[in-house]
Order: sequence, then C-alpha cells, then structure tokens
Amino acid sequence: MSAPILTVTHLSASIAGQQVVEDVSFEVPATGITAMLGRNGVGKTSTMRAVLGLISRKGKVLLAGERIDGLPTHRIVQRGVGYGPEDREVFATLTVAENLALAERDSKPRREFVAELFPDLMARRSQLAGTLSGGQQQMVSVARALLNDNRILLVDEPTKGLAPKIVGDVARALQEAAKIVPILLVEQNLDVVRALADGAIVIAGGCVVHTGKARDILDDDALTTRLLGVSAEVHS
Amino acid sequence: MSSIVLILLTGVGLGALYFLVASGLSLIYGLMHVLNFAHGAFLTLSAFIGWQVAQALGTASWGSFVVSILVGAAVGALFATLTELVLIRPLYERHIEQVLVTVGLSFAAVALFEGIWGTDAVNIAGPAWLKETTEILGARIPNTYWVLMLAAALVLVALVLFLKKTRYGMIIRAGVENRAMVTALGIDVRRSFTLVFAIGGAAAGIGGVLAMHYTTFVSAHLGATLLIFAFIVTVIGGLGSLTGAAIASVLVAVLQQFANVYLSGTGDFIVVVLLAVVLLVRPTGLMGRKA
Repeated sequence: MSAPILTVTHLSASIAGQQVVEDVSFEVPATGITAMLGRNGVGKTSTMRAVLGLISRKGKVLLAGERIDGLPTHRIVQRGVGYGPEDREVFATLTVAENLALAERDSKPRREFVAELFPDLMARRSQLAGTLSGGQQQMVSVARALLNDNRILLVDEPTKGLAPKIVGDVARALQEAAKIVPILLVEQNLDVVRALADGAIVIAGGCVVHTGKARDILDDDALTTRLLGVSAEVHS
Repeated sequence: MSSIVLILLTGVGLGALYFLVASGLSLIYGLMHVLNFAHGAFLTLSAFIGWQVAQALGTASWGSFVVSILVGAAVGALFATLTELVLIRPLYERHIEQVLVTVGLSFAAVALFEGIWGTDAVNIAGPAWLKETTEILGARIPNTYWVLMLAAALVLVALVLFLKKTRYGMIIRAGVENRAMVTALGIDVRRSFTLVFAIGGAAAGIGGVLAMHYTTFVSAHLGATLLIFAFIVTVIGGLGSLTGAAIASVLVAVLQQFANVYLSGTGDFIVVVLLAVVLLVRPTGLMGRKA
C-alpha cells in the first residue's frame, strides 16, 4: 500500500472558543475517494476546515509527509490542497469565468479537462454565478478545485440540496476527478458514498470511531445504523 | 427654477466630494471589515502637502493645481499604505483593535498637523477660474463644483475599470463577498488589503486637495469634518459597495442642500434622519449585501 497523501494526527479545532473537533486522527490514501461519514453536527465540516486552517486548530497535519498545520490557508492550498466547500460558496457577484479564473494557480491550468467535464458551465461563462442553479454552482465549486494540479481535494457535501438527476451528474464528475486526484469526501447521501468511495472514516462526538472500506460499513446495516443513525439500504 | 438647478448641481458637486472620501472607506470596510477612522487624516495631510506644492509652483497656474492633486493622491496612498502595513496588519483579524488604532491615529494626526501647520485655518488660492461661476439654466454654479464632479467621475470610472478588468480587482470583489473562500483558493488576500488602503488613500488625497479648494482653506480638522458625512454615505450606500457609495453620496448631498435652503438649514439633521431610516428599514444599505 502506498504512503497516505494526508495524515491527520490528534487534530482538535475550535470556533469562537467552542471546541468543534475533539481529537481526530486518520489517513487518506493517495488514490481514490475516501468518505468522511457521521451524523449531522459531529464535526466533519469543521475537520475539513481545520485541515485547511480556516478555523483555529491544534494537532499534526501532513501532506505527502510534509507538515502543513503551521501554514496559513493560502499556503496550504498552494501546496496542492483543493477545496470544494459545503454550500458551494461561489462568488455570486462574479461571472462563472471570473470564478474559474480566480481559482487558477498553475501556469497551465486544466481548462480543457474542466470544459469536457462541465460543458454546461462553459456555455454560461458570462453568467453571474449567483444566478446559477444549485447544481451548476456545485459544478463551479468542483471545477475550481480541478483546474489546478492538486495533490488532494477536500469536497464537502457536494450533493446537498440537489435534485436526484443533478446528484448523478455531480457524482460522475467526482468519479472522473478521482482518476487524477485523491478525494476526501464528506457526504450524507449514502448511495453516492456507495457508488464512489473506496475507504471511509466515521466521526462521532468529535473523534474518529471507525475506519475501513466504505462498502463494508454500508453493507453492515447494524453498524451503519449505530454509527450514522440511518439505514444504508440501496435506494436505486 | 434657477435656484433648484443651483441647489441640485451644488448638491451633486458636494456629493462628488463625499464620494472621493467614501469610496475608499467602503472598499476598506467591505474587504477588511475595518472602519477606518484615520481616513480623514489621509485627506488632511494630502491637502496640506498639496497646498505646499501648489505654493512652490505658483498657486494661480493650472499646472500647479493638477500637480498638487497628483501629489495629494500620492501622499494619501503612501500614508494609507504605511498605516496598513505598520498598524493594521499586525492586528490581523482583531477588528476592534484595528478600529481603535485608527481612532488613535486620527487624534494623533490632528495634533501633529496642528503642531506643524498651526491651529488656525490657512486660506488658500488656486487658478482664477475656480473662483468664477458658470451659468446653467439661469443658475450660477461655482466652477469648483465642476472640478469636483469631473474628479469623482474619473475616480469612479478608474475604480470600476480596475475592479472589473484586473486580477487584483477581481480578488477584491471576491474578497468583499467571501474573504475566507478567496484564501481557500490559494490567494494571499492580505496583499489586497494594502492595495485597497492605498487606493482608498489616493482617492481621499484627491478629495483632500479638492476639499481645500471647495472650502478655500485648509486646517488640521478638514478631514474630520468630511469623514462624518463620508461614513454616513458609506453606511447608506451599503458597506463594501462602490456603486452604493456613489449613489448615496449624491443622494445625501442633494438632500442636505435642499434641506439647508428650504428647511431652515437643517441639512445635517436631515442626513442623520435619513441614516436612521435606512438603518431601520434596510440595515444593509441601498446596495449592501446581507452578512
């Protein structure tokens, strides 16, 4: 097994003095999609934001063996950590083209790859991102992370609030993306997790309580119900 | 009819002056969430230095007038840049301390200016045309107002082009909307902070030199007097919105002029009432975005 691309050790984080991540340790392999699962409010989004330095944090974070926990957010991203945040966070008053241009860091950004993956966005380049549908905004969010030669993508609830057809489109885009870059995915839609994820990390009470293959967790209904509070029956 | 034209156009001219001060305030708050109380000091220093340059070159010539404006812009930009680098940056993300340090700087600057240039207002002079008037629909409009309008229009166009057509402009627009997400794209947003301070300082510097010609004097308190109305304009326009600042500048100044003439000199009071109404009815201002 190859060395992990991301290693998180004893990570804790707080927002305005309130502890939101207790003591999280996990590894993300250098290939495929790893799902971060857990009930609402257990600290999945906060863990991602803590890895990126967007919230105050303590602990050790290694990217391909190099410590990044002491770096400011923009330096962490420059080292190759792409981010697709929860609720998309596209710049509503900027056009699609401006949103994408702002994200370009590399001298040769992957414009063709993104254009092939999201042809609909290319047709809407001059449209203000705030006027796009939720699914289209999600595509902008993922496209921003894919433009650069990142070493890992942190993607937070990409299918949240989307129509079933759009969920499929976003899942397919992530599947394509995973062929060129490993992804740490926070996702509540277990059908999507089943379709995409290789490994899974389960968080409860601000700590990692289970790691393993995603399918093994989702196939064990008792385990899924205990860890996630929901049944993982396939809905297709 | 002529009196209405006079009030309207002098209102627009005064609004142009407010905009020159408010544009920087609005951008600085929008991007950095810092209410910059030192903005008036940028304006005052630019006016004093601009006046000294004009005196050295000969106050009556247009050349010295233009050079004094350019020097004012440069002084404002330099003072603002140093303020951001030395006082604001070390207090990154500590908004209350940042505001307090600008308050302290504004007091210290006034004391310093009084120490250098004295406590009395200094009467100034400029090209003779500025003291003349131009007749429009029977109203005799002081020429200073045309210069104010032209300068504000040029600054507005330059700012809009900068914000729309350059990468830094794009970063600033995005940062006003969601600063954390800009950093999450790998961009060091703090570089833009210095730039926004410099741009705001330059606009205030131009405003300082022109305010001096508008009032025909310069004093250590010139900036503080204008800053109050610039803050009101910034809040009414919507913190962070350049377009809002432009619209609110004209709206506030025209209303102020009309109230001064038709409501027994209550212009300042009416402006404060307008501020209260906007805060009650539309707290984000005319063009502001919800937090």
